[in-house]
Amino acid sequence: MTDRLPGFSTLAVHAGAQPDPTTGARVTPIYQTTSFVFNDADHAASLFGLQAFGNIYTRIGNPTTAVLEERIAALEGGTAALAVASGHAAQVVVLQQLLMPGDEFIAARKLYGGSINQFTHAFKSFGWNVAWADPDDIGSFERAVTPRTKAIFIESIANPAGSITDIEAIAEVARKAGVPLIVDNTLATPYLIRPIDHGADIVVHSLTKFLGGHGNSLGGVIVDAGTFDWSKDNKYPMLNEPRPEYHGIRIQETFGNFAFAIACRVLGLRDLGPALSPFNAFMILTGIETLPLRMQKHCENAKAVAEFLAGHPAVASVNYAGLASDRYNKLARKYAPKGAGAVFTFSLRGGYDAGVSLVSNLKLFSHLANVGDTRSLVIHPASTTHSQLDDDAKVRSGAGPDVVRLSIGIEDKEDLIADLEQALSA
Amino acid sequence: MNHDNYDDNYIRGILNSVKSIAMVGASPVNVRPSYFAFKYLAQRGYDMIPVNPGHVGKNLVGKPFVASLSDIGRAVDMIDIFRSSSHIMPVVEEALTLSPLPKVIWMQLGARDDAAAAKAEAAGMKVVMNRCPKIEYGRLSSEISWMGVNSRTLSSKRAPIPTQGMRLSLNRMSVGGGATAASDRAAKNKSEPT
Repeated sequence: MTDRLPGFSTLAVHAGAQPDPTTGARVTPIYQTTSFVFNDADHAASLFGLQAFGNIYTRIGNPTTAVLEERIAALEGGTAALAVASGHAAQVVVLQQLLMPGDEFIAARKLYGGSINQFTHAFKSFGWNVAWADPDDIGSFERAVTPRTKAIFIESIANPAGSITDIEAIAEVARKAGVPLIVDNTLATPYLIRPIDHGADIVVHSLTKFLGGHGNSLGGVIVDAGTFDWSKDNKYPMLNEPRPEYHGIRIQETFGNFAFAIACRVLGLRDLGPALSPFNAFMILTGIETLPLRMQKHCENAKAVAEFLAGHPAVASVNYAGLASDRYNKLARKYAPKGAGAVFTFSLRGGYDAGVSLVSNLKLFSHLANVGDTRSLVIHPASTTHSQLDDDAKVRSGAGPDVVRLSIGIEDKEDLIADLEQALSA
Repeated sequence: MNHDNYDDNYIRGILNSVKSIAMVGASPVNVRPSYFAFKYLAQRGYDMIPVNPGHVGKNLVGKPFVASLSDIGRAVDMIDIFRSSSHIMPVVEEALTLSPLPKVIWMQLGARDDAAAAKAEAAGMKVVMNRCPKIEYGRLSSEISWMGVNSRTLSSKRAPIPTQGMRLSLNRMSVGGGATAASDRAAKNKSEPT
């Protein structure tokens, strides 16, 4: 019995959680407290010195949040995880451990528009320089590697068009360059794709999307695969050199195969401060319990809607990797055999004006800037999420002026199709 | 015996059965990993003996240092070696001269010497390499879950609140033998010459 591997759905319900030691409460309680009392001065010193397991202050760790962290680490097949306030916070904390001012990282051009902005503008002021590469041309990643490259960043299923990234091919480029591969797995969730199985060293998520799944709570998470050798060539001083803020501890030497997650917690979260609210952790944990069921329904509905749109005369093209005719279908069958996700784009023969008109005519789909909700969502990226990109960059990232993005919910698919049909013919 | 990854039951059996642990290379410096592990294992009720010839006359968490394994002067169940891989063999050879023989040779995270392991196993001892007993105890008891670490175990039982000197149950359900496949593969690749 002890060697039986519990399935994904069992882990989604149980991993990280057990009845509360104090009350016996079966559901993980919301430990809505800033701080935790110490047993005595020695206990306090042990906790501050990272010598003992335990809680100090919710900015560093919280028992509700810890359950969420372990659950996601288990679902992704990682050694440890750290939850933070948002997906954007996860990206800052990860790169803070890896890059010094003047260093570079390579990022796939097809990303969430908010990430493109964060990498291009916000990170420039930290002296972190991004080099862009094309996920459809693996050679462009190889050509972007320089002696100052410290990481490669991609999305497994890429926003906005739901294209599938060849994770293994890019993992090989990262391995040759001696840098970790970071995969944003937000749109796939570990139910559809587990990037660590394909060579990722670090996985990040916006928990706000499918993992939480109900559009009610922001959150982000960092998963340590435990695969990267941080001591090699002393390229990563945050992990490898004695840390003055902890009296000379070397993180990688002390914490072994979960050193990266610890560095993110004690050097990133502790000092930058983007802590997740325990209440949000609770909401997201509750969402994760039904992740497998929801993802099945999301994918089934998305495929039906994509097929409907592909056959509609007002639609010029549909980008959904789950369609047999899609250019990413082969990669989808390899990386996401259970479904190609529920976020995709299509373009209208009527161009920009038809897109604006469609959005305003829909009655069930909500026009808003999120994805991965139980509700079906619609947005016109060129005028919203990707509006800060120039026209050329919009097209290259899959958010041209005629493109509409859908995030398909878990309603009845017949109702979603009927709503699109009436809006397209209105 | 496969030393690339260990079944949880193997580690669980060791940590559940040993009572006394001699830690070779224990450091009195409170930011060293050996200090962390020594203090934690003492808190969890193990009879800990610090072994380090450079610190004889001093105490570590109230336990007096001895210079060598032969100086312990009583039976010891497990030798936990906090030395780099190239310093393992002499410690194992000294352990083999003890009577009664210790039951377990444990080499710390980052330390691995397959020849020394084979010698110890030939003498009937169990061997663990490249692991930390603090991490493994914390993982199997799920106490390490406070830090967001994947314990790779599940339990529907209510756990006690740990107090000083208290042993914790390590008998949770293991997730796939307790392995994290990608990390184990990486460790194996690292230990093999390329």
